[in-house]
Amino acid sequence: MYIGKVIGTVVATIKIPHLEGRKLLMVDQLNLEGDSSGDYDIAVDVAQAGIGDTVLVIDEGNGARQILEIDPGAVRAVIVGVVDEVSLTT
Amino acid sequence: MKFARVLGTAVASQKYQDLEGVKFLIVQPLDENLQPDGLVQVAADATAQAAPGELVFIVASREGAQALHETFVPVDLAITGIVDEVHAPEEIRNSPGTARWHRTKG
Repeated sequence: MYIGKVIGTVVATIKIPHLEGRKLLMVDQLNLEGDSSGDYDIAVDVAQAGIGDTVLVIDEGNGARQILEIDPGAVRAVIVGVVDEVSLTT
Repeated sequence: MKFARVLGTAVASQKYQDLEGVKFLIVQPLDENLQPDGLVQVAADATAQAAPGELVFIVASREGAQALHETFVPVDLAITGIVDEVHAPEEIRNSPGTARWHRTKG
């Protein structure tokens, strides 16, 4: 899992049935400073996240299939939480 | 999933039996600014409707095969949607996220 920031929305009319009715968001993966790391995902949202939100993302197929209750399911990245606070001790 | 641009098609008349009927497209993976990122790849088209020139999204690894009708196939990249619109405002990218971010010295 990783912490990311929602930076955009993606609209697709033609898509596989596993994604039907799902909200797709662009998520930037964040580094320890909370800045963009340059990596990103297009993720399915199940946490009512919106643009600008700091979020928790799972990027693994089995977990994604369990959350979305689909099997088979061609989804890996899912937004599973909206993060309120990050506290680091260095 | 990541963005990719469809560059062309690949035809293989001899292939693993369960890949019969699967369309293969040449794709260029893109970064979040929709600029080319990494080497060109071959993706199975799970939408069956993607065409050269289109902006699509792709799913990699085991989940690529799961997008197809026959899921136990040697495929590790699949096109799972054709993009109509991307809305990613510049000011959001440059702004901090909504979470409070603390760093303390231990």
